[in-house]
Amino acid sequence: MAVIEVEDVRRSFTVRTGNGRWRREKREVRAVDGLTFQVEEGECVGYIGPNGAGKSTTVKMLTGILVPSGGRLRVAGVDPAARRAALARRIGVVFGQRTTLWWDLPLRDSYELARRIYRIPDARYRANLDRCVELLDLGALLDTPVRQLSLGQRMRGDLAAALLHDPSVLYLDEPTIGLDVISRTKVREFLRETNRDRRTTVLLTTHDLTDIEQLCGRVMVIDHGRLVLDGPLEQLHAAGESERTLVVDLAAAHPPIELPGVRTVKVEGPRQWLAFPARQSAAPLVAAVAERYPLVDLSVREPAIEDVIARIYAGAAEPAR
Amino acid sequence: MLGVYSAVAGGAFRRYSTYRAATVAGAVTNTVFGGILASTMLALWHARPGLGGYDARQAVTYIWISQALLVTVAVWGGGFQDDVQARFRSGDIAIDLYRPVDFQGWWLASDVGRAAFQLVTRGAVPMAVGALAFDLTLPRQPLVWAEFLLAVALGLLVSFGLRFLVSLTGFWLHDAEGVRAAMMVVSMFFSGTLLPLALFPGLLGELARVLPFSAMVQLPADVLLQRRTGQSLLNLYAFQLAWAAVLLAAGRAVQALAVRKVVVQGG
Repeated sequence: MAVIEVEDVRRSFTVRTGNGRWRREKREVRAVDGLTFQVEEGECVGYIGPNGAGKSTTVKMLTGILVPSGGRLRVAGVDPAARRAALARRIGVVFGQRTTLWWDLPLRDSYELARRIYRIPDARYRANLDRCVELLDLGALLDTPVRQLSLGQRMRGDLAAALLHDPSVLYLDEPTIGLDVISRTKVREFLRETNRDRRTTVLLTTHDLTDIEQLCGRVMVIDHGRLVLDGPLEQLHAAGESERTLVVDLAAAHPPIELPGVRTVKVEGPRQWLAFPARQSAAPLVAAVAERYPLVDLSVREPAIEDVIARIYAGAAEPAR
Repeated sequence: MLGVYSAVAGGAFRRYSTYRAATVAGAVTNTVFGGILASTMLALWHARPGLGGYDARQAVTYIWISQALLVTVAVWGGGFQDDVQARFRSGDIAIDLYRPVDFQGWWLASDVGRAAFQLVTRGAVPMAVGALAFDLTLPRQPLVWAEFLLAVALGLLVSFGLRFLVSLTGFWLHDAEGVRAAMMVVSMFFSGTLLPLALFPGLLGELARVLPFSAMVQLPADVLLQRRTGQSLLNLYAFQLAWAAVLLAAGRAVQALAVRKVVVQGG
């Protein structure tokens, strides 16, 4: 069952730019321009795109705090903008750069408040809080005022606050931004468990591609308000025309290796770097090298997802309108 | 649902109580200013006895009541306004919209919690010092004190109604500080914080009596000084209630417009 349905959704903003002293020019900016996708229950989807691509606008429309200019939108079966308050009980939202916690008061007070806002039954509240406290390591922080928490601690606190009412959909906007490695790992583990055990549907917006690699089975790439890619992570590599690298160590320094379908990218003494299309098998290439050159050692390097994404962004930079 | 708002009020009360140094400094300020103003009033009433229908003791008492109410009912603005302002600046105001809680109700609850804390620390404390240092005329009957507290509560509603409208201008102006500064001057003048409104001559006095500001200081002070009793007291409550109702309703209407603006035009 699709939990999130987005059908040809558009959203434009009118931007007024000062032009001389008195005149102002009105310009229409299409932040989201004909977006269509569905997210099934229990999926964890990465939603990526360069700054200004329309990610936040999409999330705002999905939470109902922004009305689409056109198209159809359903989250958990309801129209978000028309039934914002009802929807709020079924979704959780975490913005990495904002907090819903009560700044001057102990963490516990914010949870107590969430219990009342969402009218969470006592037993469920206690169970959920216990689970979050354990998995996110919040035990020692419950009585600490939020303003004294570190960024990583606060982020974990915010995650717990967003999940106490058992939302069926969780929107995460940059949940690991600015966190150290340990906090990042903890947050990711927690999200993975929540997604797996609770069947919580997760839509994750991030610039950290490790988040995506570790959590998401599916990636959507948005640019200029349109989806330029939607599919499993492997498809990203195909779409990015990525290359794998064969690193070979020869017995002695050699002029650059020349083989069909292969680019020699770098030569450093006896070591050479050969790039070949990611979809192509490495075996025939290795055989060809071994046959013609004094091969001592070799390794194959997978393409870095960052490079893949960068290539997709570059390719989608000037879409035909 | 009431549970949320009582939790917000309780939280606001505890929140203010965590800042002890600020509280002490505030109470001292109110006490010092109360002392200065009370001495000034004594000199004034010595020169003009019975001015505005108050004798010298009542005038000094009036000043201490007004100092006790100044921060409690936020004559100068502040309280939740500072929080809302910060949320406009940070953009957190968007978070407030996706919570299933009423925006106006949330901030009213928070302001009630704040006022309850400040009634004790910035109201009762300066008043007690004033009563020790000066010869005040305070009632002995608990009923009058209860009537006074009811007038203060209604005055807080009026004050909240005004400040909420001021804060909402932030949805259009992005920053309500200018409006707030203008409001502070008007509010201080017409609430009777500096001088009893009975001293305002002619048209100015008439104006001061119909505007909502008197509900914050002048009217509660008159209740405690027992200048308004019986039917006159009921009229006073009616005046406060009417303004509170009008301002809160206007706040709701403007809030609906503001939310519409954000949701439709994008903040």
